[in-house]
Amino acid sequence: MTYQADEKGYYGDFGRAFIPEMLYPNVEKLRSKYLEIMKEASFRKEFDQLLKDYVGRPTPLYLAERLSEKYKTKIYLKREDLCHTGAHKINNTIGQILVAKRLGKNRVIAETGAGQHGVATATVCALMGIECVVYMGEVDIARQAPNVARMKLLGATVIPAKSGSKTLKDATNEAIRDWINNPVNTHYIIGSVVGPHPYPDMVARFQSVISEEVKTQLKEKEGRENPDYVVACVGGGSNAAGIYFHYLDNPEVGIIAVEAAGKGIFTGESAATSALGKEGIIHGSKTLLMQTADGQITEPYSISAGLDYPGIGPMHANLFRTGRAEFISVTDDAAMKAGQELARLEGIIPAIESAHALAIFKDRKFKEDEVVVVNLSGRGDKDLSTYIDYFNL
Amino acid sequence: MNRIIQKLQETDLSENKEKKLLSIYFTAGYPKPDDTFTIIQELEKNGVDMIEIGLPFSDPLADGPTIQESSTKALKSGMTTLKLFEQLKDIRKSVSIPLLIMGYFNPILQFGVEEFCKKCAETGIDGLIIPDLPVDIYTEKYKAIFEKYDLINVFLITPQTSEERIRFIDSVSNGFIYMVSSASVTGTTKGFGDETKAYFERISVMNLKNPQIIGFGISDKESFEQATEFAKGAIIGSAFIKHLTENETGKISAFVKGIRDI
Repeated sequence: MTYQADEKGYYGDFGRAFIPEMLYPNVEKLRSKYLEIMKEASFRKEFDQLLKDYVGRPTPLYLAERLSEKYKTKIYLKREDLCHTGAHKINNTIGQILVAKRLGKNRVIAETGAGQHGVATATVCALMGIECVVYMGEVDIARQAPNVARMKLLGATVIPAKSGSKTLKDATNEAIRDWINNPVNTHYIIGSVVGPHPYPDMVARFQSVISEEVKTQLKEKEGRENPDYVVACVGGGSNAAGIYFHYLDNPEVGIIAVEAAGKGIFTGESAATSALGKEGIIHGSKTLLMQTADGQITEPYSISAGLDYPGIGPMHANLFRTGRAEFISVTDDAAMKAGQELARLEGIIPAIESAHALAIFKDRKFKEDEVVVVNLSGRGDKDLSTYIDYFNL
Repeated sequence: MNRIIQKLQETDLSENKEKKLLSIYFTAGYPKPDDTFTIIQELEKNGVDMIEIGLPFSDPLADGPTIQESSTKALKSGMTTLKLFEQLKDIRKSVSIPLLIMGYFNPILQFGVEEFCKKCAETGIDGLIIPDLPVDIYTEKYKAIFEKYDLINVFLITPQTSEERIRFIDSVSNGFIYMVSSASVTGTTKGFGDETKAYFERISVMNLKNPQIIGFGISDKESFEQATEFAKGAIIGSAFIKHLTENETGKISAFVKGIRDI
């Protein structure tokens, strides 16, 4: 039994590629090449070098002593917030831009919610001199203005998605339409472990550097590779996939996934997919998603733009269905307070997405000698205006 | 016999050889929730050969803004899968034209694939076009169900589809192949360039067992004639939706006659 994708892209019953024929040639080419490309020595060399010299890896594994003291357990933070561009997203965009080059593509498109993936994509496109177009929901453009400016400064074109809820789901639709309209020269850099196979597996592999590093770092600090728990927030779930990856098939390590409850799971303003979702198809993948009884995809809500997605990646749907992972949902309020708490106890302002993962300690108790590694997936700079409004700073 | 097959065979007869099939797409529940029946009757009365009834979906990936907006409006006014079947309940008492449902897979999955097919058969639906149900998953999991209810599942090919895959799709198909005119979502192109014509020609000389009907980018008499020079027929969608937006269910006769003189 494995929790990794099989050859066809199934995670248990979830995954695979439910795509229109117009996308088939591109997705199939990627599927048939991605593993081969990722194994090439020249690819590994370039990827590792860029992660080290450009992204700033390895990121620290930091023992948060004051936080640990407060919650009476041993909490480590994996500092993805210290990556270049401020979040883990760049691990994947570096990988995919190198794949795009090897596939002979000279134009890149991406979708973005909070703007972190858009910035990470614009960054690697600037680095490689490749044209970049980013689709972003109109609502997200308004609430993540600094990231929009960053993308533009990096030379990317930002196109507002004006359909539906005007957030991440709709930006993804628009990006897919762009790919249909530009099937030859364009590579689509999906930012999370969602979409048709091979994307969930490819993105998870690029993000797996996170848990690879944790193993080595924890060995140094604790004398063991395995923590008792790994914890991450899940929107689509790429940072979670990264910190779970090397522990997925290791039953000694508990997996905790934290979803955004928004204003409360049953308020109608939530993004807690595992609680509210049903099996279905979204963006070319069979997974759990929030939808009406009639199969129309519903509009999620979270204060955090990066978690505001009505589905979760198929890997996570399978972790939920099989009971391999424990799913916890956290409200806007709890996340904001956890963000403030980390700032005051540890001097680190987290992204509101990551603050959701930190919010579990209030209610989910751990033993004193247990080691809990939380993926601090991004920094809070982009969320300052939300923090300012929320706390009247 | 399935009405799609019957229609295709009819047009193979020598006296009809030159006649090109005109298929029209519209979104169920648009412009008004109860227009479905009227639109179908009007289209048949005016000599259209086949109708694709669009099952509205919140996230229609392969469609452009025109069809997406019509879907959004239909959903807002309360359209559902069950409602569509209710509207179509007595359709076979008054029309005999081949009817297909074109919809995305998620609403069908939620309805239950077998239940959906059963309802289609009871209603008198002849075929389905489900853009995001790829041919490989269809053959593995759903083919048997579709066949049990005598439903023809229509697959798409595009200018980027490899010859090998076209042959595979042809072998799985039974009815016609939906040939997407160019790399695009619906409603985006106007007129065909040399590259597109070369693609039409390339397919027409492959001698596939299934006839081809061309869709995407056909909006008027000129593009209809260009497309059908190389294929059995053509499908008009977005242009008809625009007509409905401007005229509601009026002047359908003028629209159809503007495309093809019967």
